[in-house]
Amino acid sequence: MSAVPLSYSLRNLWARRLTTLFTALGMASVVFVLAASLMLAEGLRKALVGTGSSDNVVVIRKGAATEVFSGIDRLQAAIVETQPEIAIGKNGQPLLARESLVLVSLQKRGRDNQSNVAVRGVGESSLSLRPKVKLVQGRRPRPGTSDIIVGQNIAKRFQEVGIGQTLRIGMRDWTVVGVFDAEGTGFGSEIWADVDQLMQTFRRPVYSSITFRLRDVSEFEKFKAHIESDPRLTLEAKKEIEYYLEQSKWMATFLRVLGISLTVIFSLGATIGAIITMYASVATRTREIGTLRALGFQKRSILGAFLFESLLLGFLGAMFGLLFASFLQLITISTINFQTFSELAFSFSLSFTIACQALFFSLIMGLIGGVFPAFRASQMNIVDALRTH
Amino acid sequence: MFPLKLVVKNAFRRKVRTFLTILSIAIALLAFGLLQTLVNSWYAGANSASSYRLVTRNAISLAFSLPISYKDKISQIDGVQEVTYGDWFGGIYIEEKNFFPNFAVEPRGYLKLYDYLIPPEQSASFLRDRRAALAGCKLRDRFGWKVGDSITLKGTIFPGTWEFMLAGFYQAGVNDIDETQFFFHWDYLNETIRETMPHRADQVDFYLIGVKSPDLATKVSLAVDKTFKNSLAETLTETEKSFQLSFLAMSDAIIKAVQLVSLVVIFIIMAVAANTMIMSVRERTAEYAVFKTLGFGPWPIMVLILGESLIIAMTGCALGIALTIPVKNAIARALSDYLPIFILNTKIFLYYAIASVLVGITAAIIPAWRAAKVPIAEELGRIP
Repeated sequence: MSAVPLSYSLRNLWARRLTTLFTALGMASVVFVLAASLMLAEGLRKALVGTGSSDNVVVIRKGAATEVFSGIDRLQAAIVETQPEIAIGKNGQPLLARESLVLVSLQKRGRDNQSNVAVRGVGESSLSLRPKVKLVQGRRPRPGTSDIIVGQNIAKRFQEVGIGQTLRIGMRDWTVVGVFDAEGTGFGSEIWADVDQLMQTFRRPVYSSITFRLRDVSEFEKFKAHIESDPRLTLEAKKEIEYYLEQSKWMATFLRVLGISLTVIFSLGATIGAIITMYASVATRTREIGTLRALGFQKRSILGAFLFESLLLGFLGAMFGLLFASFLQLITISTINFQTFSELAFSFSLSFTIACQALFFSLIMGLIGGVFPAFRASQMNIVDALRTH
Repeated sequence: MFPLKLVVKNAFRRKVRTFLTILSIAIALLAFGLLQTLVNSWYAGANSASSYRLVTRNAISLAFSLPISYKDKISQIDGVQEVTYGDWFGGIYIEEKNFFPNFAVEPRGYLKLYDYLIPPEQSASFLRDRRAALAGCKLRDRFGWKVGDSITLKGTIFPGTWEFMLAGFYQAGVNDIDETQFFFHWDYLNETIRETMPHRADQVDFYLIGVKSPDLATKVSLAVDKTFKNSLAETLTETEKSFQLSFLAMSDAIIKAVQLVSLVVIFIIMAVAANTMIMSVRERTAEYAVFKTLGFGPWPIMVLILGESLIIAMTGCALGIALTIPVKNAIARALSDYLPIFILNTKIFLYYAIASVLVGITAAIIPAWRAAKVPIAEELGRIP
């Protein structure tokens, strides 16, 4: 006779269903915390990776960590604009936008606190450079006016940003004419205005950044070398994707470290819970185990049956935990990104990889919880086991 | 008579199981305590803020600056004792991961407003030399700096590489003050900027105002903001505390998540403890039947189970308290560069006690109710 039937393990879990439920719930909370922290990091990554396009390039002042602290004067901008690597748009103009980024403190809706919102001064090509940004309400802003459009995350969370309302920024009234959706990317947490109007309002003689599309993606290195060796320019070029990834490095690390340390501590507690359950499960079934052995089941099969039972516990835990965690996808977190110093909203995002990782982790907890009790069960002396009452 | 002896004996009958349960309660409480401490240390800066100090910044946002000419106007306002100013410099020391806050400040007023402990000769040499810098003593321990060292920072907001002479180190007068900051002369910064980027010269990020008495804080801040109303750079003045809090409020979503998680921990221990009690009671069903046969009602049996559960939970609580202090110290040492302030609030132990009583009671509810309810004949006949 080889293996103990799987139904034996299944029915055992069912026979002690309250205990099974509590152990699985303990594991489920670990899975929940693990999945939640991974989902948050994934959501952040999605928001920022998605913000950049692979064939776009961002040019900022050398050494500036973000657009906010960067400065490019008009002469430098003109030199960048004439580079041959820049793609030409349908209207015959280069697909390039000189942009200006300022941070403005705005009042949050329904709460007493303020947060920094990035206001981006945009040019005519800015929208076509960001295919993910789509107007969902209202109209495009007219160039050269004080029209502004706001990202959906801003429209939801801040005061005075509904269509038709005026927003006072820099001693000037701006009219909200549209709301745009940015498919969960960082642009959704911005306000867009006309670049020249914005610079005039804040008396800034310099742009913050220049973004353009490459004529051919393979020409990036050539362009970069060209720009960075030009003695008239003190600029650096970055692929847009990499630029936005760097923006969130600090926060991504913070979330990861926090998530991992929490999971490790929590899993200690839940694994102990599994050990307790499995030991008790073995202790109360001494006679059963003796009977199984007497029937001819091998030590190996007993070990396997108990390990399987414990893995099942881990599996149940993972399912509960992931079920709860999947509801988190409805939540959007809005916080300050300490690197750019501006508001950034992102959601929990559950991916197949995360589900697998959480399941794997839960099974490991089940395995560790079950291995010693299962070993004890398999090592029992048949006669002694049968004699216990 | 409360059968304490029986309760204790019951609790420790299954030694391995009880020990594991106690251990998991202790670990979970430890996690809860550390998370709460993390949240507290997040707010530590705001707690240490003095009500004598006001912060004035550009009303648009922190990223905009104010002209240096405001200084004299502010110092003329009634109730103002001291005015100093500074810039967030945001320089990088060798590599990005060596992050520490660095500021360009007007040094004389700044040292008057903050009670740092600095050896007098170091403080004098910091004030004397334009290129001098003052660092927190934790930076000294982290990078092994010595007085007189030359420190180079790479500017991110102000381009270029900047060299400073380390004049001394400060220590915090009170417990909650950040000892990882780095200060140097604003004049040194401004001189260089005037040559390289004239349009950004003579600007400061913030003014710090010392008021004569805390009751004047509101009056002075209104007066300051009124003075610059309708100018090109309108100001926003608030107490240092509300300035810090508004700063922290921007990131409160993350802190709320940490707090939520620390409550999930309590849920885990409830599950583990409840599990242990359920199993113990199930094993002893026959014993409870004997009690009932002898004439004991449901209440004494429930008290027995509840007492056992509480004893396990409280022992876990004691172990948790014993573990918390050394673990917290180890973490504070390991993370001192990133979390400058990591101080345990002793109130946390009160929360431990409350949480463990709660866990003890909830864990006992289901088994106690079951044990009290089931008829004797069924209990006696049941196979353990």
